[in-house]
Amino acid sequence: MYAYDQYDQAMVDARVAEFRDQTARRLAGQLTEDQFKPLRLMNGLYLQLHAYMLRVAIPYGTLSGRQMRMLAHIARKYDRDYGHFTTRQNIQYNWIRLADAPDILADLASVEMHAIQTSGNCIRNISSDQYAGVSADEVTDPRPLAELLRQWSSFHPEFTYLPRKFKICVIASEQDRAAMRLHDIGIELVKKDGEIGARIFVGGGMGRTPMVAPEIRDFVPFGQVVSYLEACLRVYNRYGRRDNKYKARIKILVHELGADEYRARVEQEFAQMKTLGLDPPLAELERIAAHFAPPPYETGLSDAIDLSDRDFAQWVSTQVKPHKVPGYAIVNISLKPIGGIPGDASSAQIDLMADLAERYSFDELRVTHAQNIVLAHVRKADLPALWKALEGADLATANLDLISDIIACPGLDYCSLANARSIPVAQKIAQRFADVGRQQELGELKLKISGCINACGHHHAGNIGILGVDRKGVENYQLLLGGSGAEDVALGQITGPGFDEDGIVDAVEKATDVYLANRTEGERFVDTFRRIGMAPFKEALYA
Amino acid sequence: MKILTGNDLATGDVVWWTGTGWSIHVDDAIDVGDKGEQIGKAEEAAQRVNVPYVIDAARDGTAVRPAHIKDRIRALGPTVRLDLGLKPADPTAGNWVI
Repeated sequence: MYAYDQYDQAMVDARVAEFRDQTARRLAGQLTEDQFKPLRLMNGLYLQLHAYMLRVAIPYGTLSGRQMRMLAHIARKYDRDYGHFTTRQNIQYNWIRLADAPDILADLASVEMHAIQTSGNCIRNISSDQYAGVSADEVTDPRPLAELLRQWSSFHPEFTYLPRKFKICVIASEQDRAAMRLHDIGIELVKKDGEIGARIFVGGGMGRTPMVAPEIRDFVPFGQVVSYLEACLRVYNRYGRRDNKYKARIKILVHELGADEYRARVEQEFAQMKTLGLDPPLAELERIAAHFAPPPYETGLSDAIDLSDRDFAQWVSTQVKPHKVPGYAIVNISLKPIGGIPGDASSAQIDLMADLAERYSFDELRVTHAQNIVLAHVRKADLPALWKALEGADLATANLDLISDIIACPGLDYCSLANARSIPVAQKIAQRFADVGRQQELGELKLKISGCINACGHHHAGNIGILGVDRKGVENYQLLLGGSGAEDVALGQITGPGFDEDGIVDAVEKATDVYLANRTEGERFVDTFRRIGMAPFKEALYA
Repeated sequence: MKILTGNDLATGDVVWWTGTGWSIHVDDAIDVGDKGEQIGKAEEAAQRVNVPYVIDAARDGTAVRPAHIKDRIRALGPTVRLDLGLKPADPTAGNWVI
């Protein structure tokens, strides 16, 4: 894992001191809310429905046991004993007192964490593949580039006031586990003629105008990625709209210019940028990459797993994925117990996951955009003990990528932007499909719920997506089918008129019935939808 | 009736204008008539409350019910964590929101 150097630490410590002073001035009445709001937002502090909300950055979703324990400590000491892991691999606290915020940031800084650039029209936390470094299908580990981009984008003076917020994702395998093409810039590291470079996609996103990012360049040499991104951002900063926040994301610019024209402008800019010496020297790239060297795996381990316990076998078949090193496995910890709140974890659960990471996974955890946790380096021999420990803390639900592994935004229960509640709908659907056998029968089915058009719950990318809207003061839910955030990326299509809270649960069940009645051998829900189209689903839903 | 609401500056708590100050209990809210905006501006200028705004509500006996679901959730707390809301002992409290 990356460890701060003196510059990283000094920057974060200075920001804590600055925000402490700003907060004191606000509490003393020396700053108005209008003056203070942009300052607190730069430190991830929102004013939400019930209280202040703090969003803490977890760079590319990776953190140590020590950092995870600090997240538990903050939940316990300053919040109401829980945190919410988000679809951007961050964590949010919902009940923060303003006076406590500087102390929280100081606590975070003590473990090399912060909340900088988790809000505002700047480059946000860089997201990545939760299986980075351990997946057999990647061409290289994407985290060193993600870390380089974290450093490049932190306090970047030219990109602190972009037309709108900006999200970058880095992956390094053809299998996309991070919704890469639904980011403002998606980067896929590829190998071409033996050389590692970046395939660049620009202008993706969800929200009110969902778009899949088109490819802007098929290969940028690894050593020129920073220059190329500078060029992409510069073109956006210059031509992106600032007159209408709903038209200000880079996806609108790329769409309105057309990918070819945007590409041409970037290339023109890049021709100049790459001569300026912006790209880090090889030694710096190697310094960063060294932090991500593989942990000291044992050799000669057995791949055998005793699956005689049926529940354990079920959990292994669902939650455990292949690791590139013999004798090891990737373990997905579900934060989606049936009837629970997707992404929420108590301080005790967070502490436990930190302990288990320390004991079984080289002291490292990853947060996924699907609001789960990954232990990336578990010896197969340790799986039974790990499962037992998770089971005792309600963390052993076996539902990865099944219908109850629901992504849901906080919705109207917490969010001031939301129009409808997301969590109760997620809970009701999970309860409707609680039977493990039924979930297994349905197979891979990614269901995603947003409580408003901003799409924090990724409803556009759900095989089944649900969008909550406000219809004359009453919650109403639109159903979308056929979306995907993976390598077969697609935007879901709205089925038709919306449903009330109970009606949407019935509608989801009807959609799954259509799938079961029409699927062919080996077809996933999304495959069947693509083959048979919307008509049979509409017929069942609106008969 | 019209009632005035906002968030406490220091805690962020949802608060309701009582005529003399701010309460976390919506039932303490008074009808501000057409004075809500004026009161809100004065209270915000005095740094006692954040982003005050006026909403429609209805009084039923001693209870006050905001007209919109968003404000009812603000008044009660998250419907999915009633233990964290203002009526933790009432398992049916969430029904009031809907």
